[in-house]
Amino acid sequence: MAFTAFSSSAATQPAVRRKSRAALFLLLPGIFYLILFFVTPLISLVITSLQEPDPLVFGRFVNAVNWQNYAAVIELYGEQSARSAGYAALATLFALLIGFPLAYFIGITLRPYPLLQSLALVLVIAPFFISFLLRTLAWKQIFSTEGPVSGILSSLGVLGPGEAITGTAFSVIFGLTYNFIPFMTLPIYATLVSLDLRLLEAGNDLYGSPATTFRTVTLPLSTAGVLSGTLLTFIPAAGDYINASREFLGSADTTMIGNVIETNFLVLQNFPAAASLSLLLMAAILVLVGLYVKRSGTEDLL
Amino acid sequence: MTNHDVPQGGFAEAGADLELVGLTKRFPGFTAVEGLDLTIPAGSFFALLGPSGCGKTTTLRLIAGLEEPTAGRILIGGKDVTTTKAYQRPVNTVFQSYALFPHMSILDNVAFGLKRRAIKNAENLAHEALRLVELDHVGGRKPTQLSGGQQQRVALARAIVNRPALLLLDEPLGALDLKLRRQMQIELKDIQSDVGLTFLHVTHDQEEAMTMADTVAVMNKGRIEQMGPPQELYELPRTSFVAKFLGQSNLFSGEVTSVSRTAMVIDASGTKIEVPLARAQRHTGHVTVGVRPEKVSLHVAAPEASAGRNVMGPGRITDVSFSGVSTQYEVTMPVFGALTVFAQNTSISSMHRDGDEVWLSWAVDHAFGLADDTDGASPRFDADFDTSMIAVQSRKNLEAELEGA
Amino acid sequence: MKGFGRYAIWVYSAMAFVFLLIPIVYTVAFSFNDARRTNIIWRGFTLDNWFGVCESQNVCLAFGNSLLIGVVATVLATTLGTMIALALVRYRFRFRNATTLLIFLPMATPEVVLGAGLAAQFLQAGVPKGLATIILAHTLFCLSFVVVTVRSRVAGLDPALEEAGRDLYGSPLQVFWRITFPMLLPGIVAAALLSFALSFDDFIITNFNRGAEVTFPSYVYTAAARGIPAEANVIASAVFFLALALVLIAQLTAAARRRQLAKTS
Repeated sequence: MAFTAFSSSAATQPAVRRKSRAALFLLLPGIFYLILFFVTPLISLVITSLQEPDPLVFGRFVNAVNWQNYAAVIELYGEQSARSAGYAALATLFALLIGFPLAYFIGITLRPYPLLQSLALVLVIAPFFISFLLRTLAWKQIFSTEGPVSGILSSLGVLGPGEAITGTAFSVIFGLTYNFIPFMTLPIYATLVSLDLRLLEAGNDLYGSPATTFRTVTLPLSTAGVLSGTLLTFIPAAGDYINASREFLGSADTTMIGNVIETNFLVLQNFPAAASLSLLLMAAILVLVGLYVKRSGTEDLL
Repeated sequence: MTNHDVPQGGFAEAGADLELVGLTKRFPGFTAVEGLDLTIPAGSFFALLGPSGCGKTTTLRLIAGLEEPTAGRILIGGKDVTTTKAYQRPVNTVFQSYALFPHMSILDNVAFGLKRRAIKNAENLAHEALRLVELDHVGGRKPTQLSGGQQQRVALARAIVNRPALLLLDEPLGALDLKLRRQMQIELKDIQSDVGLTFLHVTHDQEEAMTMADTVAVMNKGRIEQMGPPQELYELPRTSFVAKFLGQSNLFSGEVTSVSRTAMVIDASGTKIEVPLARAQRHTGHVTVGVRPEKVSLHVAAPEASAGRNVMGPGRITDVSFSGVSTQYEVTMPVFGALTVFAQNTSISSMHRDGDEVWLSWAVDHAFGLADDTDGASPRFDADFDTSMIAVQSRKNLEAELEGA
Repeated sequence: MKGFGRYAIWVYSAMAFVFLLIPIVYTVAFSFNDARRTNIIWRGFTLDNWFGVCESQNVCLAFGNSLLIGVVATVLATTLGTMIALALVRYRFRFRNATTLLIFLPMATPEVVLGAGLAAQFLQAGVPKGLATIILAHTLFCLSFVVVTVRSRVAGLDPALEEAGRDLYGSPLQVFWRITFPMLLPGIVAAALLSFALSFDDFIITNFNRGAEVTFPSYVYTAAARGIPAEANVIASAVFFLALALVLIAQLTAAARRRQLAKTS
């Protein structure tokens, strides 16, 4: 559905655009909403990130131009930032490795069976129908020390006494990967499903083995979907904090940048710190997206 | 919802005149239509013929109101409609892709225009139009449930039911197979003369244009090259484009050596060719003349020179193509290269064989003289006629030129 | 691909699907668990949770809030988003690139940042957090997804159809209502469904912007510390089966329609 929109498929011949007042009438309400509830909050965030503690009242902040906030959070939370990037990158990689063959299966192998294809798609989207939190919780309980997996691994000797699967980097990355497999699979599927099979036939006709045809024809043509999927996975994964939080699959050792921001904002009420962290995270993501947009152009992306 | 911008009823029961005055349409980068002047009398069947990209579809869209002209005027029935919008013009279009509304039934499709004009008893009129194209029994179906030929007839009914002053047809028979196309050609012509509407038919199929139309205009690169009854266009082409696009021609170039009261003689690389003055556009200098392949006779021995006939030879037959009604011979002559001759198959066995030595002759009265000059040599593949492709190529040439400078 | 290679991908995909479904099976199974305070160890099969889902706990209240927020946010986001999508595809206007960027940015912004930003804004403006702030927040992030979904549908619309409408005496408004809008409807419905799903399942942005109000995801999160009651599993399972049923019905009717078309033409 929406995820087909994230792949750059060939559009039908578009009508020439007209110039008209109607455009303004159509655009203004939505744009106004975005400016009010997106741009202004961002500006708010910038202002908050530069605040300094109120000298009179503890726990309150006043407007200032306190650049030290940024330096402070970088120093304090550098480790968590690196960890976030690392976890997200690994999760993206695993999701790609798992999701690509799945997308290939649904988009190409199942093409002669349209009903099976629809059902397979439903199976991929099905996890979305259960709340994200409950999915993650399910894994936590499956991996918990009382659960079956721990039992098997302990008897195999892989897991030492007193060790748990949950609360480790492994479980967090596992959770991230699992939750984002559909995000990776669907854009790749969308690209592959519109792949002209005759191109593969042409590859075979021109003396390419199945492996070569895959490498030289299928893979390059699926790049758009892969890039979309990568973005759709990495961006939310980097800012995620559910998987890594103590109540779910994480522990104090696996805090990600999202946890830090949440803690600072809701618990410590250190708004400038939370704000500056948020903006740093956003800046990093924008750099990545900027590189992607440069490659394919904004029209393609949207 | 009724639409009060459109004249309610009161459309001509017969068609109306169409007049185009200096019509021009420029797109950023190329000109699709340049200074077009055209008059189509009411009630006639007019064909606009040309290769793809010559501007004929753009002309159609300008008349329908789907594009705005850069310059010029459009008059329908004497009234200037240049500034009116598409939905205000008494013109209907049969689109190349039929453009039937997929979410409406066939009956609703046909009744659409009538309902927008708040015509009473629209449904009955729609049924009547469907009966005309013999599709009343599928009124409840959706367009995707019909075959291509049926969709085409529905598109026609949808347009005709509105009795427009002018009906535009944009290559409507392109997607149909040969047999169906021939059938539809006859049906369209019948419907047009029955109902008395003015039809403007745009096509790249010359046979279609000549069969159906009262008048044919040949378009090339945004301009009309020649216009007239099909027979006149065929037998007396005025430019080399018309001579080569409409049917085939054998063309010869040479200097005019003598002019008498009725005819002129040119010297084409040693051979004398006589052309009546009345059939020649130019009478002096270097000219190109030609003759249609079916007008040429083949002789196994050099024929005697006689007044009123042009003779050429000898040449050798290099290809024989049997096509049922006639046989196409390719005759190669030392100076002129390959010439084409059509001979009707009046007997069962082939009259000439590959490799035979033959002489050609044709009546002087069948020769025609062109207004422009060509050197006769044509490349293996035709040059691109598409105006937008021409623009792309010119821009590339310009860029290459600038880089070289 | 010959021999083993051909079947490898079927086997792999089957395993992948099983993997994807494990948490679902787990959640549904444990909705039938005869749980006491915590729902971690399997005690026994019971239907009590399903029948008495709204008796104790505040699950149903949270669920109700999520529904309300979802519906309102969907209506808002779909309306605004469809208008933007139409403008983007059909019209020329200045600042096109800036507008496209503005629409795209919320999708590229991590939820933490969106949530924190909006919360900071409401704080500064002195707006008390509650259902309204949640709705406003949800509308915001759903908007971009609606635009993307509807936009691709608008771009795929055959322009010849609207030209035919104009040719057949339809004024611009009539062409829109009778031709464009009905053909866009599937895309708009898809966008609305996506929007509702995103809103219903959202936790992070909601968490930053709710006051004392509880949505279903935030209920689950707070309950996770002490143990989620089986009633939450019941609701989640019910939603799952309902959504699954809707999607399957849609797919099967589409397949049936295709078969019917193949027969009549």
